[in-house]
Amino acid sequence: MKQFLNNLALSLVGLFIVGGLWALLSATVSPDLPSPWRTWQESKVYILSPWEKRGEMDQGIGLMTAYSLFRVAKGFFLAILIGTPLGFMLGSSNTFFKMFDPTIQLLRPISPLAWLPLGLVLFRQSEPAALFTIALCSMWPTVINTMTGVRAIPQDYLNVARVLRLSKWRQFTKVWLPATLPYMFTGYRLSLGIAWLVIVAAEMLTGTPGVGGFLWQEYNSLIYSHILLSILTIGIVGFALDRMMGFAETKLRAI
Amino acid sequence: MSFIELKDVSKSYGPRNVLSGVNLTLDEGEFVSIVGASASGKTTLLKAAAGLIPYDKGSITMAGEAVTDFSTKASYIFQNYSLLPWLSAFENVNLAVEAAFPDWPKPMQKEQSEKYLQMVGLGAALLKKPSQLSGGMRQRVSIARAFATEPRVMFLDEPFGALDALTRATLQQELTTLCRSVGRPVTALMITNNVDEAILLSDRILALSRGPGATLSPAVSVNLPRPRGADLLMHDDQAIRVRNHLAEFLLAGSDRERPAQRPEAPAASKDVPVEASI
Ligand SMILES: Nc1ncnc2c1ncn2[C@@H]1O[C@H](COP(=O)(O)OP(=O)(O)OP(=O)(O)O)[C@@H](O)[C@H]1O
Ligand SMILES: [Mg+2]
Repeated sequence: MKQFLNNLALSLVGLFIVGGLWALLSATVSPDLPSPWRTWQESKVYILSPWEKRGEMDQGIGLMTAYSLFRVAKGFFLAILIGTPLGFMLGSSNTFFKMFDPTIQLLRPISPLAWLPLGLVLFRQSEPAALFTIALCSMWPTVINTMTGVRAIPQDYLNVARVLRLSKWRQFTKVWLPATLPYMFTGYRLSLGIAWLVIVAAEMLTGTPGVGGFLWQEYNSLIYSHILLSILTIGIVGFALDRMMGFAETKLRAI
Repeated sequence: MSFIELKDVSKSYGPRNVLSGVNLTLDEGEFVSIVGASASGKTTLLKAAAGLIPYDKGSITMAGEAVTDFSTKASYIFQNYSLLPWLSAFENVNLAVEAAFPDWPKPMQKEQSEKYLQMVGLGAALLKKPSQLSGGMRQRVSIARAFATEPRVMFLDEPFGALDALTRATLQQELTTLCRSVGRPVTALMITNNVDEAILLSDRILALSRGPGATLSPAVSVNLPRPRGADLLMHDDQAIRVRNHLAEFLLAGSDRERPAQRPEAPAASKDVPVEASI
């Protein structure tokens, strides 16, 4: 407990220092950058009534975040729905691995900014294009980690499956899946992090309502304090998501 | 014809020659043990005999047919227990039972699994995960799992290695009972590093020479009446002779590169009466 309070105090001090730097920057070199106080003054209507909808792009921060989260959830589930089986196939079949690994290595480093236009060409609508981009960019950690997990299944367990003559389905549900689960979850956590990174880019380019879309619109309307509000929201939500997945992961490893 | 037959089997891992020219025969219903020093290739030999790993040379047959995969009639007890850590003791055994008797109704499968777990004294630990069990308890779960499928052939890799002397003795007796309780003759091939255990349980014993390139000694028959008690081992003349004979072979192997005796022909390896060789 004491340790915890100590750590909390230290992180508050860190936060204070960064806030101080921010205030200093806005007071000296960058007069366009709103100070922390001005940011709060100009943003509090969004924070204090987070669920209010005043217009398409003028909504409380809670609603904006909810839109983004919902979009991320859809893209993320699409990613793990495709990524998990793909990882299993890559991990279990050498032929499959040799066939697709080079392509995957090629696709993996492509930025969301590059996929999005392609998505728009493909689907002609911003929503599916955004999902396409999120799924495609966030899929890889799931694919790679699942594959690694399958490769790392101890020979002992495979021997057990063989000696007990488990059916293919049972082998999968009773041996492969539980043995790979911790790896899969590490993949999911990383994927979710990337999905949240991509959402901002996707919303910016498509102009859909959400934290990213809001950020871009406020930039165009020159209301810089709202940009800072968006940035802070993105950071806090991303942090919360990572912690949630991390918690699920430790719970899983404890089994 | 013998039920299980290994003829001139050799096996290398890369450049490392583990087995070279191993000959072994088992009749149906026979209990045969192999003793040998650590890392001599015992596990390798057992896995090859069971069809779990490929071998380089020679032939392995069961009931006249070449062994290419693990037999549907067999069970295998792994040296390191190999329980699935995410399943409870009961689930570990029941998984085997469900696979072995897919036609049985669920309650019957459950009953079978519980029966065998009770038999090894784990009736109270059915729901525990392997991580919550001691090494000996895990070993007993893996014994229950192997027997609950009512196999006709058993491959046992140091099944009592992690047990204290007392539990070991109880389970050795239990193993004898289990081998008979199934109603059909159980053919068993057991690996052990304990000569007394081999004498207690086996019809015949062979020693594996120290690797690399390990070979089997001629077999020694144990014609002691069953059930055999631990006291018998201490005093019976035949038991003492068998023990000395095996010790001699094992020690001879440790002095030289090659074992002292090597069977000339496969047939000669069987049934060298212990009296004759001393
Ligand atoms: N999969 C493998 N790959 C490479 N070498 C192996 C493999 N399995 C075993 N070996 C080697 O083969 C030799 C025999 O191993 P094995 O496990 O058969 O010995 P063992 O007699 O069962 O020993 P122990 O009594 O300690 O269980 C060892 O030197 C080991 O290092
Ligand atoms: Mg071994």
